[in-house]
Amino acid sequence: MGTGSGGENASEQNSNPSIVVAKQNNALQIFALDDAAARLGLAIGLPLANARAICPRLRVFDADTAADAGVLNDVADWCDRFTPLVALDPPYGLFLDITGCAHLFGGEAGLMQMVCGALTRQGFAVSAAIAGTSICARTVTRHVSGRIVPDGGEAEAVKSLPVFALGADDTITRGLRRAGLKTIGDVASRARHEITARFGDDFTTLLAHALGQGDAPISPRKPLPDYIVEKRFPEPVATEAVISATLSRLAAMLVAAMDRQGKGARRLEAHFFRTDGAVRAIAVDTGQPVTRAEMIDRLFRERLDALHDPLDPGFGFDLIRLSASRVEIVVQQQRDLDANVHDNDELADLIDRIAARIGGQRVVVYLPQDTHVPECAVMAAPAQHHLAAAQQADWPARVTSEPPLRPLRLFARPEAIKVIAEVPDGPPAWFQWRRATHTVRRVEGPERVAMEWWRSQKAMLTRDYFRVEDEAGLRFWLYRDGLYDRGIAQPAGEIIQPNWFVHGLFA
Amino acid sequence: MTGARTNTLANLRGSIERIEAHAGATAPARVALGHADADATLQGGLAQAAVHEVFAAGRQSAAATGFIAGLAGRVAARRPLVWVRQDFTEIESGALSMAGLAELGLDPRRVVTVRAADVDAALRTAADALACDALGAVVLEVWGEARQFDLVASRKLTLAAQASGVTGLLLRVAAEPAPSAAETRWIVRAAHSPPAAASRPAASGNAWGAPVFDAQLVRNRHGPVGRWIMEWKCDECLFEKPATYPQPVAAAPAHRPHHASARAPERRAG
Repeated sequence: MGTGSGGENASEQNSNPSIVVAKQNNALQIFALDDAAARLGLAIGLPLANARAICPRLRVFDADTAADAGVLNDVADWCDRFTPLVALDPPYGLFLDITGCAHLFGGEAGLMQMVCGALTRQGFAVSAAIAGTSICARTVTRHVSGRIVPDGGEAEAVKSLPVFALGADDTITRGLRRAGLKTIGDVASRARHEITARFGDDFTTLLAHALGQGDAPISPRKPLPDYIVEKRFPEPVATEAVISATLSRLAAMLVAAMDRQGKGARRLEAHFFRTDGAVRAIAVDTGQPVTRAEMIDRLFRERLDALHDPLDPGFGFDLIRLSASRVEIVVQQQRDLDANVHDNDELADLIDRIAARIGGQRVVVYLPQDTHVPECAVMAAPAQHHLAAAQQADWPARVTSEPPLRPLRLFARPEAIKVIAEVPDGPPAWFQWRRATHTVRRVEGPERVAMEWWRSQKAMLTRDYFRVEDEAGLRFWLYRDGLYDRGIAQPAGEIIQPNWFVHGLFA
Repeated sequence: MTGARTNTLANLRGSIERIEAHAGATAPARVALGHADADATLQGGLAQAAVHEVFAAGRQSAAATGFIAGLAGRVAARRPLVWVRQDFTEIESGALSMAGLAELGLDPRRVVTVRAADVDAALRTAADALACDALGAVVLEVWGEARQFDLVASRKLTLAAQASGVTGLLLRVAAEPAPSAAETRWIVRAAHSPPAAASRPAASGNAWGAPVFDAQLVRNRHGPVGRWIMEWKCDECLFEKPATYPQPVAAAPAHRPHHASARAPERRAG
């Protein structure tokens, strides 16, 4: 089953007719208009100058297509309460796949009444229809609202409708009219190959779908979650206690449903549907499949606690839904004897909780990389997904009985310093960093690191690294960017000073 | 009237005794640092299940980081280490480098870093992590003065550490010591590498560069304070007295507490 509903901002009931204009073909043309304007004989596509000539007291607004799309998205969010399969049909349409959902809302007629009633109350002009194929439903809405097309009756339903209702291109619609084919029935009565030859294959397919012969699947906005549990409230709820209690109960239901199939959730979403139509979605990712209700409960509590813009119940929520949008098969582990496994679980739980509060990208583990470039030698990866890999990573062994060769603190962006050093490639003797001067007492180097020319397009200079210790005992890792004989350009005999940087600090 | 009052007093005395007994009963496990004098002063080593503060002298963040990494390595042994830091520290004093940590003989595989945006998030995350008994140690690194680190916050961290048995290590850079519930407080600065020994000619060249710290214990809740030169032995993973050190630092008077705690030596903070 499919529902097409067209919503358009109905303007305020005003004595003055209102129109919305947009620039098309270098001229302001009417983009949308209200009933009063339509009664004056204005039509979409009419230039603004003509419209003003017809009616000087016209109220004119600029079109804002981005805001229109936003509103359509919000309406689609609201429609999520009826079915998880909601598809956008821009600019004004929505498809709802209500297969198996209608009985929850008092049958197809009841569902349609509910949708239209609620949207009309919010000030939208709605036209809705239910039919076996999405295109058929859409075609019907273009002409009449509130119609339910019985199965197999699609051709009959659309036969008498004008061709523009199909929603094909303007050129096609005009072409059909010129050919004298005024209704969809007229077009359908022609031989298929004639229509295809004249108007293309796409149009024939559209026509077939409208007639109920075959169906194009709608593309829902969100992937269908694997498990959904929800709680509807006859009276909207707004208190935190009720909300958290509801989440706990839903978590228990969700876990019970997943447990029957041996699954655990990796991504959980909670949707809060407000009575005024706003929908707030909150998602939580986990590093390991979650199989315990209290863990879900705790993750959401952390997440809700840490929201930058807290959950605003407004006049209350009338539906709270919890869904598991990514699940995994849970491997049962022996827990009693192997303390290590248990510890790892606790660590993963901790990581999940922290990630739920401050974001998964902010909790990281480290993976060694096969490169000599110091800043690329280690990769920070989200701990939720790479914990196991990091715990088994193969780090290069250190050279025993050597002092550390790599600094403990590394600057993401090496900091430029002023250096006095022997030319051409002597070690630094004195340097100034962050407005403090340091006299080098000890130095070790250079350690030459060539950049990876086979990876980067940009030519990068070879670096000479020095470990130095100053008179206060501070140990630095300095480098000279480039070599004297190559890398450092010397145009017109001018001596270019090489750049020196602090890259890290030794303990 | 007087009967009721004595009764109340007796009750209060009883509860104070219970509190003190509880505090005394938790004789925590201690981990030897390796440095004989420091271990003797600390009565066996660094207490686990407690919070220790390390302040960087001046802006010497790297030395303090190295010292705290050593402490964490000693305390955590083979258990995971959670390192919580504030975004700003990375700009100011560089990011903790895992290659550098590996060079110190510690295991980067056991480190999980939390990049908290601000002090509040960092503090809360550290408190959470301290409550997780699967960890070996939690390091909380904060740059600059932070009013969030009051007695209450520090007491909370201590309680969480006591409950779970995890050791909390607080790394403060560019901050002044303030009253807190920490078990010990250290001020760390970098020390010169010892000169090459006479037995090893200067030609070997790489005798210097081992992490050497001038660590000053300025507060110790259960013992005297002191100041030592410590060298972190990367191969053995412990602190030691440097073999040859020409300028011995005069040790602080052994039985005089730090001036900050001298005012109220028996005061229990928090």
